Amino acid sequence: MDFNDTPEEAAFRAEARSWLDANADLKKAGDAAADVLGERATPEIVKQAQAWQKKKADGGWACLTWPKEYGGRGVTPIQNVIWNQEESRYNTPPNIFGIGLGMCGPTILTHGNEEQKKRWIPEMMTGQKIWCQLFSEPSAGSDLAGLRSTAVRDGDDWIVNGQKIWTTGAHFCEWGILVVRSDPNAAKHAGLTYFVVDMNSPGVEIRPITQINGGQGFNEVFFTDVRIPDSQRLDAVGNGWQVALTTLMNERASIGGGSGADFGELINLAKSVEINGRPALEDSAVRQQIARFYTRSKGVAMTGNRTLSALSQGKTPGPESSLGKLVGAKNAQDMAAFAMELQGAAGMTLDPNETPAQGEWQGRYLGIPGLRIAGGTDEILRNIISERVLGLPPESRADKGIAFKDIPTGPPSR
Amino acid sequence: MNFDFSDDQKLLQQTARDYLTEQAPLSVCREILEGDQPFKKELWAGAAEMGWLGTVIPEEYGGAGFGHLELAMIAEELGRSLAPIPFGSSVYCASEALIKAGTDEQKKKYLPQLANGERIGTFALTEKPGQNDVESITAKVAGGQLSGTKMPVADGDVADFAVVAAVGDKGLSLYLVDLDQSGVRRTALQALDPSRSIARLDFDNAEATLLGEEGQGAALASNLLDRAAVLMAFEQLGAAQACFEATREFTLGRYAFGRPVASFQAIKHRLADMWCELEMARSNAYYGAWALSGEEPELPMAACIARIQATEALDLISLEMIQMHGGVGYTWEYDCHLFYRRAKALGAALGSLAAWKDKLVDRI
Repeated sequence: MDFNDTPEEAAFRAEARSWLDANADLKKAGDAAADVLGERATPEIVKQAQAWQKKKADGGWACLTWPKEYGGRGVTPIQNVIWNQEESRYNTPPNIFGIGLGMCGPTILTHGNEEQKKRWIPEMMTGQKIWCQLFSEPSAGSDLAGLRSTAVRDGDDWIVNGQKIWTTGAHFCEWGILVVRSDPNAAKHAGLTYFVVDMNSPGVEIRPITQINGGQGFNEVFFTDVRIPDSQRLDAVGNGWQVALTTLMNERASIGGGSGADFGELINLAKSVEINGRPALEDSAVRQQIARFYTRSKGVAMTGNRTLSALSQGKTPGPESSLGKLVGAKNAQDMAAFAMELQGAAGMTLDPNETPAQGEWQGRYLGIPGLRIAGGTDEILRNIISERVLGLPPESRADKGIAFKDIPTGPPSR
Repeated sequence: MNFDFSDDQKLLQQTARDYLTEQAPLSVCREILEGDQPFKKELWAGAAEMGWLGTVIPEEYGGAGFGHLELAMIAEELGRSLAPIPFGSSVYCASEALIKAGTDEQKKKYLPQLANGERIGTFALTEKPGQNDVESITAKVAGGQLSGTKMPVADGDVADFAVVAAVGDKGLSLYLVDLDQSGVRRTALQALDPSRSIARLDFDNAEATLLGEEGQGAALASNLLDRAAVLMAFEQLGAAQACFEATREFTLGRYAFGRPVASFQAIKHRLADMWCELEMARSNAYYGAWALSGEEPELPMAACIARIQATEALDLISLEMIQMHGGVGYTWEYDCHLFYRRAKALGAALGSLAAWKDKLVDRI
């Protein structure tokens, strides 16, 4: 038992580090934190991110796990993790390619034909074209297969109508992956078809969604008689759900655990604020809470290390890696709430000049609810763990064995 | 990254599991819980024969000379079977203390018999109810004579000797005290978990021999607790795993409203949460084992997170086990209470959860 690289892993790490040293600067304290929802992606930042991606692609460090013939490096999953660990030590532009390279690319490589791969993969890999995911709808979130946007065949084209939502980065993307209902008379999962859509097509309208923290990472995307050539269909008509599952499996692999909890910050806060004239850190109730957060945070990190060890041994981590997000996001939320509690009445301020840690904890408190929903809500993750890890029976369902159009539904939510 | 046990270590674990499945089904735990015997003597002899008692005792002192990773594997299996033997007291505490702090003479005197099971040792630290730190210890040693009270002492009624924390001329120190002497009065106490015995020990000028450096008792005791906490975490983990599996099995087999109980989200989601707690307990225990086996500087922190998560996981799972069994879970006849009791016995044995959490904050 150890935390060391194998000799091959160490050699790969050294190679990665030497390329990074030559091409980027190490992070310093005070550099901007990771921007998981792409909220700071101004046009200028998008350009910087594209330049960095191009540099990586030219150096052979983009899309490492992809086959060499499509510009990848054909590395093992553990080598990919090592690259990510190393790259995260450097001050690089926000990763706005996560959805494209982490989800769209692998899906096209699995389900696309040769012509489609040649058409989309190279420009995706070099960052010239940015991709988004058009899956969720106002009435189909956790129950994704309940989506209602339609595609109707018209000669060599399909005509798409409907609405997608929670589309990260749609406002700066050229391409999107899209699942729509092509046959409302088929059963729910059987009536779906998967397309690639040009986001600049006539009839595509993108409206940003303002989140509770004021950020705008997501969009609503409206489709009004949008024409998509049949050549942009992935896999067979009616096979959309199988293709979507490939995308979703890759989503879970790329979202992963880690809340980036910084205990130094929490301890400093507990030292700097007082409870009845003594540093809060000396208070027993405060200590009990900090210990709980720390233990759970380590529990997530150490479980991650067990997953990495399995990867290192060539095993494929399965649904059990849902633990990281399920426990990690809630723990991060509890920590932020606790840090605000420590501030007393100042917990209600957000003014960077008057709030401990410049309001960082308040900011997190407003941001974290999104993490507990995106990429599988806590509840869906519990279903995944209970059904796919623990082998418990699936939910009893009211939507099985009948045509989609006959499935009971409530009024539209808005 | 190789944060896992080796194939050889897993094989050792499997051997232990096979043996205990045969020799220590839960009926053995129940036999001790319901009967007059303080522990299962045949199982103790078996553990000695399997070489478990001397796992980390060096070969020159009659042990197997393995490391703590191997011992952790055995601890997990003993936990799984709720083995009613004084393993923790004798192996995680007394043997560790002697290996760590004993003179060659003391090791020669005690270790071979600890390894072959002829002697049982224990650790006597606590004196009274409450979350008391070592500063509050009042037992005293003067001129090699120990006086004072230790309560409760795990396996204090059956142990041949105890490692006792007491105040000597130079402050808190550890002492070896044979318990079969006239200056020692032992009183077996009723236990919350009667499958493990506990006692009150009253010392009145009992002969005591210094263990380790005089005046270093606080640091030694703290280190010993860390070591024992890691190993105990594996025992807690094994118990929690068995408890979880039995609960999963029961909810799958039990039908209500025409469906397996395990098909309701009210149950499924809680089982998913229990599984998360269990997996984190495993991960933190592994980290503790890594730190202990390599004597890493992270041990004090690692011991805390291993201990805290193992205790919380076993607490949660053992009480959910009863809840998910419904009425039968509350009966003497079903085994749920064996886990419920053991959870609290293991959780209290090395100091409370709150005390470990408090320690952790100093060690972050």
